[in-house]
Amino acid sequence: MNVHEYQAKEVLARFGVPVPPGEVAETPEQAREIAERLGGKVVVKAQVHAGGRGKAGGVKLADGPAEAEEKARQILGMTLVTPQTGPQGKLVRKVYVTKAVDIEHEYYLSVLVDRANACLTIMASAEGGVEIEKVAAESPEKIVRLSVSPVAGFSPYLARRIGFSLGLAPDQVKQFTKLLGGIVRCFTETDASLVEINPMIRTPGGEIIALDAKISFDDNALFRHPDIAEMRDIHEEDPLEVEAGEAGLNYIRLDGTVGCMVNGAGLAMATMDIIDQHGARPANFLDVGGGASKESVTAAFRILLRDPDVKAILVNIFGGIVRCDRVAEGIIAAAKDVEIGVPLVVRLQGTNHEEARKMLEASGLSLIVAEELDEAARKVVEAAKGGAR
Amino acid sequence: MSILVDAATRVVVQGMTGSEGTFHTKQMVAAGTRVVAGVTPGKGGQVHEGIPVFDTVAEAREKTGANTSVIFVPARFAADAILEAIDAEVPLVVCITEGIPVLDMLKVKNALDASGKTRLIGPNCPGIITPGRAKIGIMPANIHVPGSVGVLSRSGTLTYEAVDQLTRRGIGQSTCIGIGGDPIIGSPFTSLLPLFEQDPQTEAVVMIGEIGGTAEEEAAAWIAANMTKPVVAFIAGATAPPGRRMGHAGAIISGGKGTAAEKKKALREHGIHVVDSPADIGATVAKVLGRA
Repeated sequence: MNVHEYQAKEVLARFGVPVPPGEVAETPEQAREIAERLGGKVVVKAQVHAGGRGKAGGVKLADGPAEAEEKARQILGMTLVTPQTGPQGKLVRKVYVTKAVDIEHEYYLSVLVDRANACLTIMASAEGGVEIEKVAAESPEKIVRLSVSPVAGFSPYLARRIGFSLGLAPDQVKQFTKLLGGIVRCFTETDASLVEINPMIRTPGGEIIALDAKISFDDNALFRHPDIAEMRDIHEEDPLEVEAGEAGLNYIRLDGTVGCMVNGAGLAMATMDIIDQHGARPANFLDVGGGASKESVTAAFRILLRDPDVKAILVNIFGGIVRCDRVAEGIIAAAKDVEIGVPLVVRLQGTNHEEARKMLEASGLSLIVAEELDEAARKVVEAAKGGAR
Repeated sequence: MSILVDAATRVVVQGMTGSEGTFHTKQMVAAGTRVVAGVTPGKGGQVHEGIPVFDTVAEAREKTGANTSVIFVPARFAADAILEAIDAEVPLVVCITEGIPVLDMLKVKNALDASGKTRLIGPNCPGIITPGRAKIGIMPANIHVPGSVGVLSRSGTLTYEAVDQLTRRGIGQSTCIGIGGDPIIGSPFTSLLPLFEQDPQTEAVVMIGEIGGTAEEEAAAWIAANMTKPVVAFIAGATAPPGRRMGHAGAIISGGKGTAAEKKKALREHGIHVVDSPADIGATVAKVLGRA
């Protein structure tokens, strides 16, 4: 789960990580009041779950409360388009008003899970404020990487090693050690999967501050962090994905025309791939779960049909312990409940698939039955290209 | 021969008295598996489905000689269940549970390394089957037949699809292992490929990977350096968008890394038979074995 910058900084501040003072506003008037409280120059920052906000016009400097109100009025309600939002952009509903800080140097700092070595990795660079992927591609030697031993945990020497290699002065290394220690504690105590500070800055006065912050949390661990679970902002998610999640379906919307309903994540990805190989694009990833019951299939049909780009649907279920004839019953019942209105190709393979095929053919439903995976993909692509809705 | 499990394997089921545990225990027994014990804390002394239940894994192991554990414990308690099995020095632990927090798995992985006595398969996997002899997991036994092809996969139903393609061509399997769809798993491809290389029954291996991480690239290098038997590989997720988790917690392209294209390239460069279409896995194995 991702959170907004203001939420990430609130969490980091709990662990003693220095961040510029600030508050979130939902109206221009609130932005003015916050600027009054903060005093001096402020920065008004669009709060959306995407990077690249500054270049897209979502971050503006204001001299005082009146200008903060004006800038907030410009940003609130705008649709921010950045390389990370996709072409449709994201509507800005909140701005974060923070005290402006002078920057002498920008650094990059992050903590993440190293899946290959089963430990945490700290990444840092004196080239901050730009995309770290770009630094990694162009000058990888400018990135410092250190593993946190899972047995020994974080120890200040790690921060000293990184701090001195970033060229920080001794008293700044002390500040950095406290900051990094806080970030690692935050990471492990909140079950984060990524904490990224880009940029971390040094002010002309030699202070080390987290100027921006991004945190992703492990969805599987949210049960032990109810305060963080509450930070979820469903406006940042695709409404169909939210609805699918509520129905217990794993659904990701894509940009193609062939709706897919599959049991199992790996088979769902493979089904998307084979549709692509046959010359059409998948409209979604959808895992209905191992059982593919009538209820889950019905919910899945409803979600798929809410996407106006869907021109045909492929149901690809591998029946194992839940036999194909039982799955066929579920599909037939669901297809009778939901007005489908686009060509439907069904491929059931596995235990009792022959009985299932006969049931589908005898159902009176206008569906196209396929036996092999390749045949199913070919048929659904033909239907999507030829079929009008 | 086979790898890891056979008819002599003695299984303890952690979480046996729950609904999943009960259902799959019956299925495992029906497939010929010797399930000798169950563990549910607080239910020690009971008999469930004709199988004795114990409070702890250590006691179950001591009283029944169980040498393999399979875990059907809910995600929030599953890491604890694995740690208990490691502490009881169970040689093989298969964790079916999906949704274990990543930081819990970091602890487990380090406990595994420190103990050196337990091999973990999973979590978030269908388990392991040696057709006709033992099934330790949730896969449908009836689609498998004994034979000479080893199967390793990060997926569940996609593995069944591949196995089914083999079986329908008359090609049986030595042992099939779902290694798990999580970012941190007990046994990556590189720790299981050597077992297939050494197993005299196995003539070829099917490896099913997916986007995310670098396990396939590491496997490619290991195969090139050490493997004499042919490997047929499929990588799922060529059409997956970056930055999104495709169902499995581990299936995510991050920072431009972990794409299907990169993995296929690495595998091809090391002489592995990569199939682009998931429909061609069975046919390609048949060709490689000269049975097409």
